[in-house]
Order: sequence, then C-alpha cells, then structure tokens
Amino acid sequence: MSDETPRTEMETDIVCVGFGPAAGGFLTTLTRGLMNEDGTPVAESKAMPGMPPQVICYERSDDIGFGVSGVVTKGRSIKASFPDLDLSQIPMAHEVTNEKILFLKDPTGASRRPTAFKIADKVLGRWMEDDAYELPYVPAFLEKHPGMIFSIGQLNQWVGGNLMGTGMAQIWPSSPVAEPLMDGKAVKGVRMADQGVDKDGNPGAGFMPGMDMKAALTVIADGPVGPVGQHLDRELGLPEGNHQREWAVGMKCVVDLPEGCDWEAGTVLHTIGYPEPEIFGFLYVYPGNVASMGIFVPSWFDNPVRTAYRYMQHWMMHPYLWKRLAGGTMRSWGAKTLAESGKRGEPFLAGDGFARIGEGSGSTNVLTGSGVDEAWATGVQLGESVLELLKDGKEFTKENLDATYVAKRRASWVEEEAKVAEKSRDGFTKGVIRGFIGMGLSGLTNGRLNMPGDPIKPQDRIPTIEDYYKGHIAEGEIREIRAECAKKGTSLHDALMDRVGWPAIPLDGTLLVSQQDALLMGGKVQAMPGYGDHVRFADPHTCAACREQVCIEACSGQAIYTNPEGGTPLFDREKCIHCGACMWNCSKSNPKDKERTNVKFRGGSGGLHSVEN
Amino acid sequence: MSSEFHIVVCGSIVPDPLQTLAPVDGPTGPTLQNEMMLPAVLDPWAGHALYEAANLAQANPGSQVWLVSLGPKAKLQQVMMAVSQKAPFQLVVADGSSSGFTDSFETAKTLADTIEGIADLDKSKMLLFGGWQSASRGSGAVMQMVGEMLGVTEQFQGVDKITVGDDGSIAVMERVEGGAYQKSVVDGAPAAFGWATGELPEPPNNPQIGMQNMQKNMPALMQAKPADLSGTSLTFEGVEVPQQRRETRVEKDASVDDMAKEIVEWLKG
Repeated sequence: MSDETPRTEMETDIVCVGFGPAAGGFLTTLTRGLMNEDGTPVAESKAMPGMPPQVICYERSDDIGFGVSGVVTKGRSIKASFPDLDLSQIPMAHEVTNEKILFLKDPTGASRRPTAFKIADKVLGRWMEDDAYELPYVPAFLEKHPGMIFSIGQLNQWVGGNLMGTGMAQIWPSSPVAEPLMDGKAVKGVRMADQGVDKDGNPGAGFMPGMDMKAALTVIADGPVGPVGQHLDRELGLPEGNHQREWAVGMKCVVDLPEGCDWEAGTVLHTIGYPEPEIFGFLYVYPGNVASMGIFVPSWFDNPVRTAYRYMQHWMMHPYLWKRLAGGTMRSWGAKTLAESGKRGEPFLAGDGFARIGEGSGSTNVLTGSGVDEAWATGVQLGESVLELLKDGKEFTKENLDATYVAKRRASWVEEEAKVAEKSRDGFTKGVIRGFIGMGLSGLTNGRLNMPGDPIKPQDRIPTIEDYYKGHIAEGEIREIRAECAKKGTSLHDALMDRVGWPAIPLDGTLLVSQQDALLMGGKVQAMPGYGDHVRFADPHTCAACREQVCIEACSGQAIYTNPEGGTPLFDREKCIHCGACMWNCSKSNPKDKERTNVKFRGGSGGLHSVEN
Repeated sequence: MSSEFHIVVCGSIVPDPLQTLAPVDGPTGPTLQNEMMLPAVLDPWAGHALYEAANLAQANPGSQVWLVSLGPKAKLQQVMMAVSQKAPFQLVVADGSSSGFTDSFETAKTLADTIEGIADLDKSKMLLFGGWQSASRGSGAVMQMVGEMLGVTEQFQGVDKITVGDDGSIAVMERVEGGAYQKSVVDGAPAAFGWATGELPEPPNNPQIGMQNMQKNMPALMQAKPADLSGTSLTFEGVEVPQQRRETRVEKDASVDDMAKEIVEWLKG
C-alpha cells in the first residue's frame, strides 16, 4: 500500500537549503554572475543541458519573509552587495541615528541580582532616569553606528523578490527538507520531508515520500537548528576542539508605539540588568512610530523555569521602557534560537558536494553581537567561489571548495573578527559578572586577553528547580506547587515566579497579551497537514524521570506541554514556531549521544512567524 | 466518456485570516495599513475552487485550468510559490489591489476582461469557478457579475459538489438554508460555480508540480498588466474594524455544547 509509493527524484545543479541572509548573499552574488555580458551562460547546466546552471532554494516556512528578527547591523557586506542601497525601498529599514546602552535597575525586588548589581542599582541610582542608567559611551566593539536597522523578514522579502525577478534562481517556500542525501562523507543533494504521514512519521492515507533533489552542490544555509546542518554535524562531527554548547533564544515583538512617543526612527537601545542580570534586551525604532524589541535568554542563565515570554513582559514594563510603550499595540511576535558558540561552533565548512554558510556555519560574532552581516558575507564568499569554479569547469569537491570558499572566508574580516571574539563569552560560564568583565576584556584588547572559562553543555548546567529556589521556596512547597500546576494544566514557571515576588502582568489586550494571543498576532498559524512531528524525544524513559521538563517551561509557543498522564511531554506541532529552543533547553543528555540533549529537533512544516518581526 | 473542460478559477490573495487588520485612508480611498507586509494566503474560498478545478481537470483528460488573479503582483508571486505546488494551473494576472476595498463591479469587469484575453480559452468549454464568498470582505456578487459579463447564464452558488455525467451534464449540489442542499443538473459548459468549501482536502505540496507550474507562471507574473479599476463611483463614508477583546485559549477537545455555552456567556458579558 502506501509505503510502495515510489519516491520521486529530480536533478538540479545547485540546491540551497534555507532562505535567510546567508542564502540571500549567496544567491544575489551567484545569480548576478551566471550570465556573461553577451547573454551566454558562464557554464552549462549539467542537469538541463543547454541552459545556465539551475539553482533552487528550499525554505521550510510558508513565506520567504518569515525570518524572525529585528536587526541592528553595520551592514558592511550588504552595502557592498548593494552599493546604491536605498533603505527607503525596504519597509521598516532605517539608518542607525542614536545608540544607547542602558543599565536597568530592578524596580520589583524580584530579580536575582548578584551583589555587584545590587551595588550598581544603588550607586548609579542618582544618575538614573526612570530607573535606568545610560552608559556614557558605547564601546567600539559593540557600536553599530553607522549602520542600519531592519526587519529580517522584510529584507528577505525584498532580496527574494529581486532574486525571483532575475529568473536565475527559484526560491520555494513551504518546502521542508528532511535531510541531506549522503554518500559516505559526500553530499549528493537533499531529501524533502515526507507527507501523508502520522505524527510519528508512519505512512498513512495520501502518503507522498519526500522527493529527492539531487545536485552537484548542496548549500546548507538552514541556520542553527536546521535539519541538514544538524545531520551533517552528527555524521561528520565537528573539527577537533569545536562544539556547539552556547545558545540563546531571542524573543521579539513588533509594536506600534503610542502617539507622542519620543523615540525617533533609527534609535537603538541595548539593555542589561533586568529582568535578570543574564537577560539582555534590545529595541530598534523603525520609521512610522514602530519598534522591534525583545530579549535574549542565554543557555548560561541557570534557571530551569526560563520562560522568555513572561520575562519579556517584565522587561517591557520596566519604568524606562513602559513610560514610552504604555498605550502601544503589539503587531506581531516571534522567537528564534541563536547559535552563541560563534567560531568555536564552526562545523566543517565544505566537503565533497556541499558548503555551509551563515549562522549554522559558526559565522555569528559573539562579541559584537552581530550575525546578519557575517552571514551575508559568507554567502557572498561562497557565491563568488561557485562562480569561479563554474567558469573554470571545476567540480564542487572538498579540495576545490576549500581552495576557494574556505580560503576566501579565512582571509576575510569575518574570520579576523571571529578570532577576536572566540573566547569573549567564556567568562559567562563562571557567572554573569565574570562574563561582562570577560567581554570587556576581549573587546578592549582585541581578543589578546580573555576571561577563562570552560563551556559546559546546557544539559549539564541546568540545576534542579529545588536547587534554583533554595532559600526562596521550600522543597515541600515546590512539590505542592508542582502538583497543583499539573492538576490544573497550568505553567509551573508562572506559579513559581508569582511565589518569589514577580508582579502579575496586567493584561491589557493590546500590548500585554496572553502568550496564546501573542502566538496569533501578526503571524501565520498554519502547519501544513500531513507532516510528522518535528520535535521528538530521544529516550521517553529519560523524559518520564525528568523533574525539570525545561522544554515545557521554555517552549516559546507553548507547543510542548505537560502530559496529564505523566511521562514524556506532549507536542502540538501546529503551535510550534520552529525557534528550536527545545533542542537545547533540556536538562538531560540523549543516552545515545551525550553531547546532545534528549530533545530532537528535525525538519518539518509550519512555523508561526511574522514577516515583519 | 470524459468531457474536456476549460476551467477558469477566479481567486486572489488575502491577508492571513488571523492578521489584525487596520484600515487607513489612502489617496484613492480606504486601504489596509501595511498591506504589503502582511502574510498573505490564497483566499480560502478560491482555494477550494482551485483544488476542485484541478481534481476535475485530472478526471477529464484534455481539460485545462487557469487561475485568474487580481492582486499586487509582487505579493502574488510570493503566495504562488506555495500555491503552485498544490495543483497544476496556468496563472493569469491583473496587477492591482486585493485589499477588498475595490468596487465589486470594477473587480468583476477587470476579471472578465482578463478572461476574455486568454488566448487558448474556448468559452464553449468554460467552467467559471470562484469562491462563493471571499475572506477579503467580498460582496459575494463578483462571480455572478463575471459570469454575466462573459455571457454565462447557468450559475450556481454555495457549491459543495459537482458530478460530471457520462453525457457531459453536470449535477450540482448547492447549499441552501437549513443545512440542506439543492440538487440541479446543467447540460454542460459553459457554467459558473461559486464554491463553498467543496469536499477536497488541501493537496500536499508537490515540488514537481510547482516547478512545472512556475516555468509557465513566472513569465505571466513578469508580464502582468496593471488592472484598470478607475471607473468606480464607489465612495466610502467610513471604515472601521470591530473592537476586539482578545484572550485566547486553545481547546481541542471541548464539546459543542460547552463551546456554545461559553460563547453565549461571552456575548452576555
């Protein structure tokens, strides 16, 4: 029956997985160079003889603009690709006009502040405005001025529209890729996700096996939690000494600011100190009295009930921000995992038949907090290299890609700056104060001096709930709270945060909305029917014995939830926004692969994302 | 015996149904704030019509399907990359607003003119498909007018099923009041059908179909001519959306009675 349905196969010349800034840089560079000035192709397609090389890009989400983030960037590589860039042509883009770093005092008394932060709250108090202290200057290594702010979603739409207009590349949304087609260590193309399957992936009515798209070159640009990149990392391992142990989830929203708000377009705020010292905040003001804002919750925030959504609401309600946000309206919302290992998380950049670009290739600079510029640059480097190889009639072998793409990358500013940043976050593994000192040390000495620290796997550093709340809530009371929440089906983090003094969020239905409402605001809430669950739990017994179940507390979309019968949490893929936070927000190792957690994040359909966030 | 149909589906894009829409005054009347930024989908009603059309064409070899869309071509291009993976069709584009604030008559006239311009269309074989309603504040009158403008007088609205007989006649099930159906039989093409939900599920994404479609449809998008909607005398006194009060809970297993009870309580409150 259904499993006899044949798997179809097609062939192209270049297949790219994921459409974000890296793929944008790659395809922009490549498509511009595929034709000679006399109208002849620079090389002939092997898949379609007589035609120029055929280029296909697959994007999992339902729209190529569903990249989730507001961004501030120097935009050096983007400007290099578009020397006459007119930001007014890209909705929600603007040049940076005003950049500030703010230290936020704890106005609630509930924040877990080390002594140094408590002292700072007091000492800096006299210079504070609305409980916020503006740092007198922005260190050069953090400064983005002159630069630009924009919505990645809108940038992707703009770039994608231009690319499709050239007719030299096809970008296919709603096309989840399951895995690479591997032959030993070589990649021969990609396999799309099966359709017509049940939640466990078993064939059902209308089973359609995912198509195999074979290609001479597979470009992996599927980000930090992408299935193809992860598959390669598992199969090939990482270069000696490298690992991917630092992560963060960025939770963001776009807000229509209230009338009379005094923030001008181009304003960029970075915040530290609140709601918890480990959580950073950002706010970028777009033209039209609109702002993108949110927080980053890192993997070294050792709190097993790390709910980004509620922390974001407390952050928005900080007096400095709330003074200007009250009366605003949430337009859209989203979240995304960020690879925070930087160069240390770099995988093998090229092999026979494949190359890796963008965030999943370890290009993010963890010192400057810059990723889009670097991702675009790596895409451009690969685009230039592929054109060279095509013109020279050379194959996409590891040797040839190493000699072109990898060599270009090693000689570029991306590499030079990544080396400076490589150890800059190590201090955070020992605590937040050492982390900030370490970043300053690395930044001010150009990476010559760094705060030592050993990156620890996230699952090995998450404490038990009892340990985290020791001295704040008695174990017996935690037990009661946990039982009560399980009985009611409500979230444990809310109950625990209420108990330790975090004020209730006064929902107003416009800006302060329930997490379920945020899911429905400005985003797309459809997962195509017929796909399997992309979140799986490696060893159910491990989940059954887990008392933290951080995956539930940290799930950005509340898609992972408590199983009323106990044991493995349940997953509702229609609510998943594909942020991938579950993959690293787990306190248990996969018994068969200790480097990874017990949560598997695979390729799948859907994703509730906004095109403007 | 099979019949050969030329099926023309009228359908455009609408903002994703869960978007919060904000009407604003534009230079030519009301428009939607950030319309070009809102995630868009194929109008669900038109989607049902398209999937029914593809199914009918597949069952009747020699048939062809055109999708005629009045919408901004940049946005159409994005949506069509997803839609084109679901069913084979040829896209015909009139580049204009799909905000839902356009005059129904002007919309119908543009669609009819665009259909008249399809070179290979044999109107004697034409089945005109579209949504019974539109998620874009449609009046429900456009398809009727398109049919009349094209001289198609056999019209059916609220269609959930059609069955082609051996003699080429088409049995139609139309929704009528009280959850009942009216059954009719039409001799054959030409005829117009305003689809309700139909009976077919959304087809899976088939990358091969997508690639075949877009080889034909990308040029259609590139060459789309601006739609002339200037003849309207429609003016708007004012436009506003209902006040919303959002507090969402996702319930999957609630009984119909419980849901009804809660809605009544909510309305009372």
